[in-house]
Amino acid sequence: MSKQQAIQALEHALGRENVITKHEDLVCYSFDATPDMPNPLPDVVVTPTCTEDVVKVVNIAREYKTPIYPRGSGTNLSGGTIPLHGGIVLSTLKMNKILEVDADNLAAVVQPGVIIQDLNNAVAPHGLIYPPDPGTVATATMGGSVSECSGGLRGLKYGVTKHYVMGLKVVLADGQVARFGGKTVKNVTAYDLVKLFTGAEGTLGIITEITVKLIPAPEARASMLATFDRLEDAGNAIKGIIANKVIPATLEIMDQATIRTVENFAQVGLPTDVRAILLIEVDGIPEVVEKEAEKVVNVVKENNGKIKKAKDDKERESLWAARRAALPALAQLKPTTVLEDATVPRSKITEMLVAIEKIAAKYDLNIGTFGHAGDGNLHPTILTDARDKEEMERVHKAVDEIFKKALELGGTLSGEHGIGMAKSHFLSWELGQSGMDVVRKIKKALDPEGILNPGKMVSN
Amino acid sequence: MSYLKHYPEIENEIIKCMKCGNCQAVCPLYKETKFEGSVARGKVKLAEAVLKGKLEYTEDLAKIFETCLTCKACSANCPCGVQPDKIVLAARAKLVKERGLPLIKDLIFKGLSKPSLFKTGMAIGSKTQGLFLKPTEKGMSPRYPVSGLQLRRVLPKLADRSFLSTAAEENKVDNPKKKVAFFTGCTTNFLYPQVGEALLKVMQRNNVEVVVPKDQHCCGVPVLLHGDVNTAAQMAKSHVDIFSKLDVDAIITVCGTCGESFSKHYPELLKDDAEYSAKANKLAEKTYDFAQFLVDILPIDRDVLKPVNKTVTYHVPCHIGRGMNAHQQQIELIKSIPGIKYIPLKQPDRCCGGAGSFSLTHYDLSYRVLKHKLADVKSTGADLLITGCGSCRMQLTDGIAQENLSQEVIHTVELLAKAY
Ligand SMILES: Cc1cc2nc3c(=O)[nH]c(=O)nc-3n(C[C@H](O)[C@H](O)[C@H](O)COP(=O)(O)OP(=O)(O)OC[C@H]3O[C@@H](n4cnc5c(N)ncnc54)[C@H](O)[C@@H]3O)c2cc1C
Ligand code: SF4
Ligand code: SF4
Repeated sequence: MSKQQAIQALEHALGRENVITKHEDLVCYSFDATPDMPNPLPDVVVTPTCTEDVVKVVNIAREYKTPIYPRGSGTNLSGGTIPLHGGIVLSTLKMNKILEVDADNLAAVVQPGVIIQDLNNAVAPHGLIYPPDPGTVATATMGGSVSECSGGLRGLKYGVTKHYVMGLKVVLADGQVARFGGKTVKNVTAYDLVKLFTGAEGTLGIITEITVKLIPAPEARASMLATFDRLEDAGNAIKGIIANKVIPATLEIMDQATIRTVENFAQVGLPTDVRAILLIEVDGIPEVVEKEAEKVVNVVKENNGKIKKAKDDKERESLWAARRAALPALAQLKPTTVLEDATVPRSKITEMLVAIEKIAAKYDLNIGTFGHAGDGNLHPTILTDARDKEEMERVHKAVDEIFKKALELGGTLSGEHGIGMAKSHFLSWELGQSGMDVVRKIKKALDPEGILNPGKMVSN
Repeated sequence: MSYLKHYPEIENEIIKCMKCGNCQAVCPLYKETKFEGSVARGKVKLAEAVLKGKLEYTEDLAKIFETCLTCKACSANCPCGVQPDKIVLAARAKLVKERGLPLIKDLIFKGLSKPSLFKTGMAIGSKTQGLFLKPTEKGMSPRYPVSGLQLRRVLPKLADRSFLSTAAEENKVDNPKKKVAFFTGCTTNFLYPQVGEALLKVMQRNNVEVVVPKDQHCCGVPVLLHGDVNTAAQMAKSHVDIFSKLDVDAIITVCGTCGESFSKHYPELLKDDAEYSAKANKLAEKTYDFAQFLVDILPIDRDVLKPVNKTVTYHVPCHIGRGMNAHQQQIELIKSIPGIKYIPLKQPDRCCGGAGSFSLTHYDLSYRVLKHKLADVKSTGADLLITGCGSCRMQLTDGIAQENLSQEVIHTVELLAKAY
């Protein structure tokens, strides 16, 4: 049985308008946002419009023993959507309906191709928000972000994607459709299968419907920018804020390399001689916000920092402009941007930052670090040029060391970007043999023939 | 060397792209098609494959690069400062070089590049258009399916007499504050001569002397957009010759694309020719959209403006906004007219989908993009839809006719002229 027959079967099942086979078009699905990856072409791209379509695709894939790579917007940073062994890329972008906004139950039901921001726009009139906000809110899909369990800037107070997924409809590798969870706040029926499929990176099933939790939008917020001459002071301030029982919605850090690059690029008025900047935002009920902001100001001052509080939306916007410019500014410096997300317990942030600076010096690399300090999730960003083979070798060594250090400090390989292809060879460092066994057994049980996103996370 | 003539030069632009996908959030075509090849990221990947010699000319590849509005929404939203519209132009030029232009386009462009031929063609067109186009209330509709023209499309009627054939070459004033040359562009010359007349009136009331060189012709961008770099370069040279001879303070345009041709494209097209390059750069420095000239350079006396009692909204043409950065000045002019009630669109700078001939070659897709704009316009309840580009005006007028909306579409300078 040939590829041609499989493609014909797909065209027959989904209609020709939902099957892409031209060589040039396939090139556009050979990559995602991950740098330094191979770019193999898929044999075909399909754009199903409903769960039944997805079932048909899975059945055809089984019949022809062809892999399927689920794909949302292709913005992941771990090579999760790369069609490593050829086969079918299944794009969810035509399944982009918001099926229900249920304000009474603080829930919404969406198809996987809905863009996160579009969901937020739809719930805003009800005074609600869907908090997970990765840097790609305006592009990433719900299916992709659930499958990566994406985080974002508000993780410290509001948690990450998995804390908002209440129910899933999944097409399994054998073509069956399963439903887990629902709109109830409480649900302890059987294993927590919703969580199992959340963050599964498309390796266990294809998500075709998602029920998420919504929360009331905070009434007020206060934004502050603190600068420190010593990394230790910044680290102590982070600890001190939490020790004072303030949980900011946002607690972001930028190191000196990042600050200098941002200032150079965007001229937003950052002091380039400081070692670290914290961007802090507290939100909630106005009286509480005011009290919490006061506490933050005190903690920063106690730790030798200088702090500025935004007086109005315009000033808030200018504080945020600095943080938002971090990645763009770094990215403009060199052609290739390797963005990692090693994560450590909050109390180890300073140690991790110092270690990254040392690694940068050791391998003579340009690394800017920024990230979600409040939840220990750092983004060491290596600026390089993929065409420079010698430098890329040093980059790989530096990445190895960054991960080793994060694990040594009791952290994890990935706080939010996922394992995919890019980090699968590090997996055993964190999980050990026994942990790897469990992962393999789960994969084997749910996808015995290995047709779902092969080569990602674990290989069978 | 220019990336338009020597494709490898575009590498520096290509490698800047980190494939983040941010362009997906703003690309009007991607929003309709959801196809990765519609958006900048996919095109950059393809351009990269061409650069590496992994892809060569095929009709399918050409089609992908044709499917771009060059609206620059992606550039404006790109964290890495990539200008995908440049990459698209470079790729189109490269593909035309590899394969040659399709015959029909070749004929049209040869005509465009020979001003006299083009003008005769258009003059004959204005007399004979009734044979092919039937007048409707709002303009003309094709009588037969003419190549690529959709039957339901409403096109503006060609002017009985072109602007250049009626306007005086010298438009002197008593105590000139400045002297400028007016580059009319095709839409003003052949379709909307009233825009040229409005410009002359406004300049005259502001004591600005205007020269309208009679031998000017199409700016050449339509040709460039289809990858015919050689013809475009000839047209650029011809305009550099015509306008360099004039002793003027500024070159004024009433269309973003025309403005950009002087301020950006000519210097790029003539980069490799030392003599022309220097002249082109000089012209580029003094090219302004009429609104920039009136607000930043002159500036006009706003106290003399008479009231115009209208509710208006404004569509920012891509090449007036992201191209020339002249939209703020246009809006300022609109708002400075007494009696005007200005209601902004929700997404004023979203592309209307026109993109010159894109609306002819890709009517359905173009119309889907346009529909968002029409809904936005409708919700303002404005009487007048103001815009600063003839090509957008054609597109918007067609949409308004199709959807039976009530707005009249006019150019910003026409609105301003009403206030004198
Ligand atoms: C500039 C930039 C900033 C970023 N910032 C953040 C950030 O702050 N926080 C963060 O967590 N991430 C961030 N990311 C990573 C990325 O945006 C997120 O992982 C995003 O949620 C991926 O969504 P997507 O739709 O692009 O998914 P894709 O990349 O298309 O897919 C991601 C994974 O999910 C699988 N998948 C997709 N849809 C389905 C489905 N329906 N069923 C099963 N599997 C599926 C794919 O196979 C793949 O393994 C950033 C990326 C970039 C480029
Ligand atoms: S063109 Fe810019 S926005 Fe688009 S993928 Fe490339 S870097 Fe990102
Ligand atoms: S120029 Fe416009 S149409 Fe072309 S890729 Fe960029 S955003 Fe899309």
